[in-house]
Amino acid sequence: MVETGAKPKISPLRERLQRAARTLTTPLLPDDYIALMNPLWSTRELTGTIERIRRETADTSTVVIRPSFEWPGHQAGQYLRIGVEINGIRHWRAYSITSDPGHPDGLVSITVKHVETGKMSPYFARHAEPGSIVFLGDVEGTFCLPDPPPAQPLFISAGSGITPIMSMIRELARRESLDDAIHIHGARSADDFIFDEMLRGLAERHPGYRLHDHFSSVKGRIGGATIEEICPDWRQRETFMSGPEGLMSALRELWKREGDPELLHQESFQPVIGLGESEVGSGGTVRFRVTDVDATCEQGVSILVGGEQAGAVLPFGCRMGICHTCVGRLAAGRLRDLRTGDVHGEQGEMVRTCVNAPEGHVEIDL
Amino acid sequence: MATQNQQQQHEQHQRNGSKAPAFVNGENPLKKLTPEQIEELGKEFQKIHDDVYDDLGESDAVYIRSLIEFHRRLAVLSRIVLMASRYWPAWVLGTTGLSVAKILENMEIGHNVLHGQWDWMNDPAIHSSTWDWDTASPASAWKHSHNYVHHTFTNIVGKDKDVGYEIMRIDPKQPWHPVYLAQPLYNILLALFFEWGVAVHDLDFEAIRKGEKPKKQVRDELRAIGLKARRQIVKDYVAFPALSGKHWKKTLYANLTANFVRNVWSYAIIFCGHFPDQTYTFTEEEAVDESRGAWYVRQLIGAANIDGSPTFHVMSGNLSYQVEHHLYPDMPSSRYAQIAPKVKAVCERYGLPYNTGPFRKQLGSVQRTILRLAFPGGRPRPKPGPYRRPPEPPAAKADQNGAGRADELPAFP
Repeated sequence: MVETGAKPKISPLRERLQRAARTLTTPLLPDDYIALMNPLWSTRELTGTIERIRRETADTSTVVIRPSFEWPGHQAGQYLRIGVEINGIRHWRAYSITSDPGHPDGLVSITVKHVETGKMSPYFARHAEPGSIVFLGDVEGTFCLPDPPPAQPLFISAGSGITPIMSMIRELARRESLDDAIHIHGARSADDFIFDEMLRGLAERHPGYRLHDHFSSVKGRIGGATIEEICPDWRQRETFMSGPEGLMSALRELWKREGDPELLHQESFQPVIGLGESEVGSGGTVRFRVTDVDATCEQGVSILVGGEQAGAVLPFGCRMGICHTCVGRLAAGRLRDLRTGDVHGEQGEMVRTCVNAPEGHVEIDL
Repeated sequence: MATQNQQQQHEQHQRNGSKAPAFVNGENPLKKLTPEQIEELGKEFQKIHDDVYDDLGESDAVYIRSLIEFHRRLAVLSRIVLMASRYWPAWVLGTTGLSVAKILENMEIGHNVLHGQWDWMNDPAIHSSTWDWDTASPASAWKHSHNYVHHTFTNIVGKDKDVGYEIMRIDPKQPWHPVYLAQPLYNILLALFFEWGVAVHDLDFEAIRKGEKPKKQVRDELRAIGLKARRQIVKDYVAFPALSGKHWKKTLYANLTANFVRNVWSYAIIFCGHFPDQTYTFTEEEAVDESRGAWYVRQLIGAANIDGSPTFHVMSGNLSYQVEHHLYPDMPSSRYAQIAPKVKAVCERYGLPYNTGPFRKQLGSVQRTILRLAFPGGRPRPKPGPYRRPPEPPAAKADQNGAGRADELPAFP
């Protein structure tokens, strides 16, 4: 199975009509014929048109996208998988959404840091232009503002780690909830400060939002002393941090030592799981019906890993339950989601092999 | 005597600067190659594949997308024209268009997408894991019986269920049974109802009989075939005829005709792939512990091409390049024409045959075999010798020096 965009939200009427029209179009979908008139009308997957690209700093730009169907919504701080086609091949990558939810014009934006050796960022830096088409995947991520938002948040960001924080601050501003928010942002120099104009403007309009820049070329990395000096009551504040792993692990230590780790929230992509380190479920056996392989999965071992150990060549992508590349159709049996511990699985369901383990015997069309 | 002959041939090859060993007509040419040669040859074949894969990109994507779009437009137009099927010109036009659309969809598009030839694009709408085709066989069952069983165990009698499709005696190695006396008759029925033959073939009756297939899997597959069959039948024989109102019968006949045309055509192309006289079959012992190089040789000599125009190749799903297809089942079919000269060059260097012939000759030899082997006995037919490049006429030489003709994608109608 191949990674695909999100399912667009369409009216029940259109859905019913399309289902009826399948009688005539089978094995294709009515969408495949609708796309002959305009590819953006197809509901196979959510696509987006680039509205504009704005340069933020020397090596970052913001890409503003108009979704082909009504934006399904997101929570401030979440990320979105975006697909683009480069030389005939579609690539996917996750980017934090920098726009706040519920934008009145229905637009979403991401901010891309240019990495010369990367695949996607050179595309956004040089080839993408207004009118280019991108594919929009599902919105994911648990690093987001709680509801109701905290009264006294502290934001700590560094470099391009500011992107999810930007969405949170915009959201708070839109909800008029920036009453007592402190934001410490680290950048190499003033020229590398992404969103500086926007944030400074915000600080002028909202006295409750206090922005402190911290240029590492002058002052070094953000540390305990900096935080203590700017925000003496940091131990009581709900804190959201996003930046390089070095900074985040140092702050995690600080919070563990002196503060309340419960109050510290951080951007983290889920770790790779399914290697047997978690003690959930019973394990079981898997029959891969297409590859003709039988595998045994110990407790906590995902279907993907178990199958690979048994010698099957299986599709995979992120190996952490994001990208859906590894999915196969469940023919029989029950599964345990290794992330949540829940037991689930209906016959015919498309399931992710990288985050699910068999609970007893399972048959899968892979 | 034979040894002397081999010796002479061997010397001749050496004089020609060819690596080819002595080659005895009719014997598996693999036996004449040393293990080093087989390994070397495997690398050469692999390089042809990898060079193409390194080069895949935008223009290949444009090719398959344009073809898919062309098929869909043609299908829509033909169905619309057939709404007026009570007028005979509309009937003829619509039926022709629909037949061509179904052939393109099944062969150059469906067969090749399901092989994963376009998976490198990472496009979920043109991908072997999501595709389904306009034929009775459900994609998942076919991918197992064809992509896995047939393409892995190609022409190994007893393992490749496509040798005679478990109902025909197509190779003298298959033991004779009185039921084969009827094969000239059911050969014709198979041609007409080919899509249904393929759908049922995927079930693998032999495995079911021997109890090698879990009952639940058999039930699931039967249900999948039933569901697919119902959708196909409702579409072609109920829904579209209904759109023609009280002249529904004409449209029904048109759809039936288009399905027959597609069935007979795909039957003819597919039977020419492995059953002409030139191809070799193998015993299970011959393929035990086979190296990658030996696998390539088995694919090479187990298949046969059909000569034809670029349009013919597209209409056959480029299965007229059956040799190239069997060497590289996952390579975009539009590239087969381009690599054919390189495959021939390898054949020439190692003294291997490159099987090809005109459509009528290939189909004729298949039909002859079906008739002959309906009766007991039969011997393997004479096999062609090592491939030799035909002498180039001076005019053709000049043409080849022109702007990289081989790089062009084949034309499609």
